[in-house]
Amino acid sequence: MIVVPVSSSPPAIDVRDLTKSFGDVEAVRGVSFTVTPGEVFGFLGPNGAGKSTTINMLCTLVTPTTGSAYVAGYDVTRQRDDVRRHIGLVFQDPTLDGYLTAEQNLRLHAELYGIDRAAIPARMRQMLEMVDLWERRDAPVLTFSGGMRRRLEIARGLMHSPRVLFLDEPTIGLDPQTRSSIWRYIRALQQTEETTIFMTTHYMDEAEFCDRIAIMDRGEIVVLDTPEALKAAVGADRVMIRTTDDEGALVGLAERFEIEATVAEGAVTFFVPSGEAFVPRLFAELGVPITAVNVSRPTLDDVFMNYTGSTIRDAEASSATERNRITMRVMTGGRR
Amino acid sequence: MSAAADVIRVRVPARTWRSEARAIKIVWRRELTRFVNDRMRIVTSLVQPLLFLFVLGSGLQRLSSAGTHGVNLKTFIFPGILCIAVMFTAMFSAASIVWDREFGFLREMMVAPVRRSSIVIGKCLGGATVASFQGVIVLCLAGAVNVPYDPLLILGIFGLQLLLAFTITAFGIMVAARIKQMQSFMGVMQMIVMPMFFLSGALYPVSGLPSWLAVLNRIDPLTYAVDPMRRIVFSHLHVSAAARQALDPGVTWWGWRLPAVLEAGVVLALGLVMLAIAIWEFSTSE
Repeated sequence: MIVVPVSSSPPAIDVRDLTKSFGDVEAVRGVSFTVTPGEVFGFLGPNGAGKSTTINMLCTLVTPTTGSAYVAGYDVTRQRDDVRRHIGLVFQDPTLDGYLTAEQNLRLHAELYGIDRAAIPARMRQMLEMVDLWERRDAPVLTFSGGMRRRLEIARGLMHSPRVLFLDEPTIGLDPQTRSSIWRYIRALQQTEETTIFMTTHYMDEAEFCDRIAIMDRGEIVVLDTPEALKAAVGADRVMIRTTDDEGALVGLAERFEIEATVAEGAVTFFVPSGEAFVPRLFAELGVPITAVNVSRPTLDDVFMNYTGSTIRDAEASSATERNRITMRVMTGGRR
Repeated sequence: MSAAADVIRVRVPARTWRSEARAIKIVWRRELTRFVNDRMRIVTSLVQPLLFLFVLGSGLQRLSSAGTHGVNLKTFIFPGILCIAVMFTAMFSAASIVWDREFGFLREMMVAPVRRSSIVIGKCLGGATVASFQGVIVLCLAGAVNVPYDPLLILGIFGLQLLLAFTITAFGIMVAARIKQMQSFMGVMQMIVMPMFFLSGALYPVSGLPSWLAVLNRIDPLTYAVDPMRRIVFSHLHVSAAARQALDPGVTWWGWRLPAVLEAGVVLALGLVMLAIAIWEFSTSE
């Protein structure tokens, strides 16, 4: 069934029941979503959740097994070139030519994309100024730091005024200062160029900058909403306690407070409506010595934990084996 | 604020033959820019041919003067040395596609809205241009080994080495489509290039060889590049008929001497076939 969008502008990205299998492994298990033009849309999930495979399908680099995907109104399998003309890409791994200068890299890109020659110098200057690299335009990229290279990649991804910019982990491996400046460019860009931004990240704090986020886990989208709505849905404070006997604490919580808790990152973690008021009762009635306690408002970490049953770091650490996968599924099922 | 109004918007036109031509040209130009920036490479890739020509050539001259009928050995091996210079440079040019993959740049080209064939053709022409530039430097040494600077000779040899450079680059790119690691690529290329060089007759005349070597020699594509070059050189030398007979016997198929045009045709045909395979490999991958 095809749903025709009512609004005058078609969605920037429209994905229905998209799957991708590599042999026996189902990397993406039927995802559906739409992204409206001008939106900053984030894909959040641990490594191996299927984010990169999804982004590669949308960029025409990987052919979907089943399902359909339209980017900027074009079919990613049947209209590859049209999709490519309208998207910009910034990959996780660098794709610059280190032996060429910043300017030569951008010019090469402009030529490959067939941009009108007369417009190239002005556009190039604008992009380089946006990422503060205009002064360094004649320096070989080899001499650039990691942050500068990433900025140059963003400038290049935008050189041809794409309608959708794909950013695959744009800030991975960068220092906090560079990360925040990259976010400043992304925001500025979205306002001035009306570009739709589709990005993947596994930094929870960065997902907060997105208009909407989809949490992906084990090849599926587990939830999709605005960061505020997702946090509101958790609706409870997170309490993390460190004890001398975690097992005893889990039993105590279940028996005395009817609270189901999990052990994550070495702390017993659970959710209660008002954390501060609960802590005194906890100390009085738990029956297990508590060495440390931490109460926090819901964050996206909690959202992630709420929907997947593990923190994003734990999920990454354990996404390797099938055994863990099954255990997690049981836990996830038990939580909901 | 008027920030939005200042934005210079560009558009990417639909694919046409003109945009493909621009893509070929920019990929070609990139190879040249990188070569010119890399002066070290220009110098180092000259060392080997110079060693072959002046050290090996001068040394072996002492052994072989009886068999060369008074012709300088350096003059005799000059076309072969030119071929090896071109070949090694072409091989290194093709290797750049392996680097490009390793450093990610190949991906930038692969996702552009152009045909994969344009990228492969651009790469191939770039490698051929760079390699024949190297050939021209060796060609400049002609006078030092008694090969006359005749315009027709220079033109003919230039054309042939351009053809060879193209074919070897196409071959290298075809191999690079499959072999993704630099070390294995260089290993494979060495394993193929050195035998090709030794079997080709770059260093010896190709008549009267033991039959096993004669067969291998006729299979070696490089044979068909060296022979017409040597033919051009000898047609501009004043040597005895006996010397010509001994040193420039020409390549024969079952006793029939191949015309130079056919030999060049063999090199070209091989190059085109390998280019086609390379294009096919890159179009179906990723």
